[in-house]
Amino acid sequence: MSRLVVSGLRAAVGGQEILRGVDLEVDSGQVHAVMGPNGSGKSTLAHVIMGRPGYDVLGGSVTLDEDELLALPTWKRAQAGLFLALQYPTEVPGVPLEDALAEALRARDDGEAVDVHRRLADEAARVGLDARFLARPLNVDFSGGEKKRNETVQLGVLRPKIALLDELDSGLDIDALRAVSRRVEQETKETNLGVLVITHYSRILRELQPDKVSVLRKGRIVATGGPDLADELERTGYAGYEDDEGETPPAPSAANADPFADPLL
Amino acid sequence: MSTLTPDLAARLPGPEWMQARRAAAVERFDDVGMPTEAEEIWRYSRISELDLDAFAPVLDDQDRGVPPDAVPAIETVGERSGLVVTRNGRVAHVELAPTAGAGAGVEIGDVFDADDGDGLLGSVAPSSTDAFTELSTAFAPGGALVRVPAGVIVRDPIVVVHWVDADGGAVFPRTVVVLGEDAEATVIERYQSPDVAAFVDPVIELDVADAGRLHYASVQDFGPRVWQTGYQATRVGRDAHLTSIAVALGGDYARLRTDARLQGQGATSQLMALYFGSDSTMLDFRTLQDHAAPQTTSDLLFKGAVADTAKGVYSGLIRVRKEARGTSAFQTNRNLVLSEGAGAESVPNLEIETNDVRCSHASAVGPIDDEQRYYLESRGVPPEVAERLIVLGFFSQVLERLPSSALAGRLRERMATRLGAEA
Repeated sequence: MSRLVVSGLRAAVGGQEILRGVDLEVDSGQVHAVMGPNGSGKSTLAHVIMGRPGYDVLGGSVTLDEDELLALPTWKRAQAGLFLALQYPTEVPGVPLEDALAEALRARDDGEAVDVHRRLADEAARVGLDARFLARPLNVDFSGGEKKRNETVQLGVLRPKIALLDELDSGLDIDALRAVSRRVEQETKETNLGVLVITHYSRILRELQPDKVSVLRKGRIVATGGPDLADELERTGYAGYEDDEGETPPAPSAANADPFADPLL
Repeated sequence: MSTLTPDLAARLPGPEWMQARRAAAVERFDDVGMPTEAEEIWRYSRISELDLDAFAPVLDDQDRGVPPDAVPAIETVGERSGLVVTRNGRVAHVELAPTAGAGAGVEIGDVFDADDGDGLLGSVAPSSTDAFTELSTAFAPGGALVRVPAGVIVRDPIVVVHWVDADGGAVFPRTVVVLGEDAEATVIERYQSPDVAAFVDPVIELDVADAGRLHYASVQDFGPRVWQTGYQATRVGRDAHLTSIAVALGGDYARLRTDARLQGQGATSQLMALYFGSDSTMLDFRTLQDHAAPQTTSDLLFKGAVADTAKGVYSGLIRVRKEARGTSAFQTNRNLVLSEGAGAESVPNLEIETNDVRCSHASAVGPIDDEQRYYLESRGVPPEVAERLIVLGFFSQVLERLPSSALAGRLRERMATRLGAEA
């Protein structure tokens, strides 16, 4: 049984405070969805929890089974049992997936010998990723759907305690969405994976049933409820969750017209 | 220039024609004098630090045979058709596998022993190219010759090892590769030394006749006190094809100038390099893609990484002559700078005298991409391992083109070790 606890998390990018006191919890075996409009801080939340450079943590804590993660470098957070499926998985030229995962597993101190090659093949089959992608350089010339299936393959091989899925549904057709959702769902049962799903739309939540839904708005969780909260958001949008200060969210710039794009990139 | 005198040159071995050339070359060298960084082609180099007086030509004829320490460099390549080993520039060992076409007239040996050696030596790399090619003419005690007659295909690589072990030596290795019409061969050269202080001045001539196909690779893995001023000249005939890959890992200052002339219509060349400098090594590359005939194609990809306080220099020119209509020429140089004290220069140039061309050049110098590093670290890969994977990944594009996969694997291991992997 593991638990990820985010409390009072505040973080800034380039001097602008994006997370303004986020509190949430994810337990093993549970799917917790964090929904929010563009600019609410969703991707920032995922990256600050994972420790991406360029974000300034101003306060609060993130613990996994009572270990403080904010004090650890990214790779140690991963070794502690955290996994982040990126919204835009990075292309790493010349580095095969198997090499990267073998090194990640080798660096673990549990001494468990893993047949990476075999596990990769199994996981690829489970999410319908053609095995030839496993030998290619990471994400290079992968389609959007292949990249997301590949993230799910890695999750299956690494078997983290808690997975953060940042807009896993963006760029996915319905078949791919079903395949990756089903695989994540299985992990919550097979390995008791806890999942934090970060998403703008409720589409993925029809495939990946959340136990808990929270609404992120201007860097704070403004509501938390059961799965019905996602349905309500589907009908009414985020308009009902204007926060008290009544600030207008930052307007997307012309160069950043993609509605799914992280406004900070 | 007290050590590199006409008297000394006259005491070196070689046929009569060579003796006449040596005296003339020493004289021209004295006229030309040593280059300086003020010349564009030596810009960014450390050539003024070179003290030739500290090195002397190797006069005594050492033991023949393969130096035991050179054996691994030979074995790594795997199956081979033939072998030439030079020791401090002298041809010390020659072998040709019976299956490799000795009967077909494939010739491996010392260029000094060839009947037409006078015509071969310097025919692609003229002695007058610069001060160092003059020095090579004056002091080279021999040269590896690989000649494949027209129409003959040599399947496995021919290996040439230049072993330098004379401490304080001025060493002048030479290589002459001649492919006849429609012939095909692979030549892998290894430049190796133990940790000696030496000045090494290699001159490599690659001559590919019409419709020939030469796959050439050189690996420079000298010790940290070696100075190299290398010159590789190639001539590619009509519809002929050259692939050339230069790997550079060692030396104090190691330069390789590559002039690739596309001489016949429809000739193509692919020039690649992989260079990885560490400690205080400077690796210095100058290239010329010289298009002298119509419908010629050249594609260049040089990839370098520098760590510690190492320096990389790349300066390349694409020259398209007036007669070279319908030319395609591409040039890419990318450099990874792995530490604050390291640095790289990248200078691409074009000189185009006709309109009917497709040309592009790209160059980049920068650190490891933060996004790539973060991505790997977010999987649980430790930072130093992530860096190693990314650098090896960066080089894989060139490594996988090497004509020996065993050699590629060994070089990958060498670089991984340098990047902190356990050997």
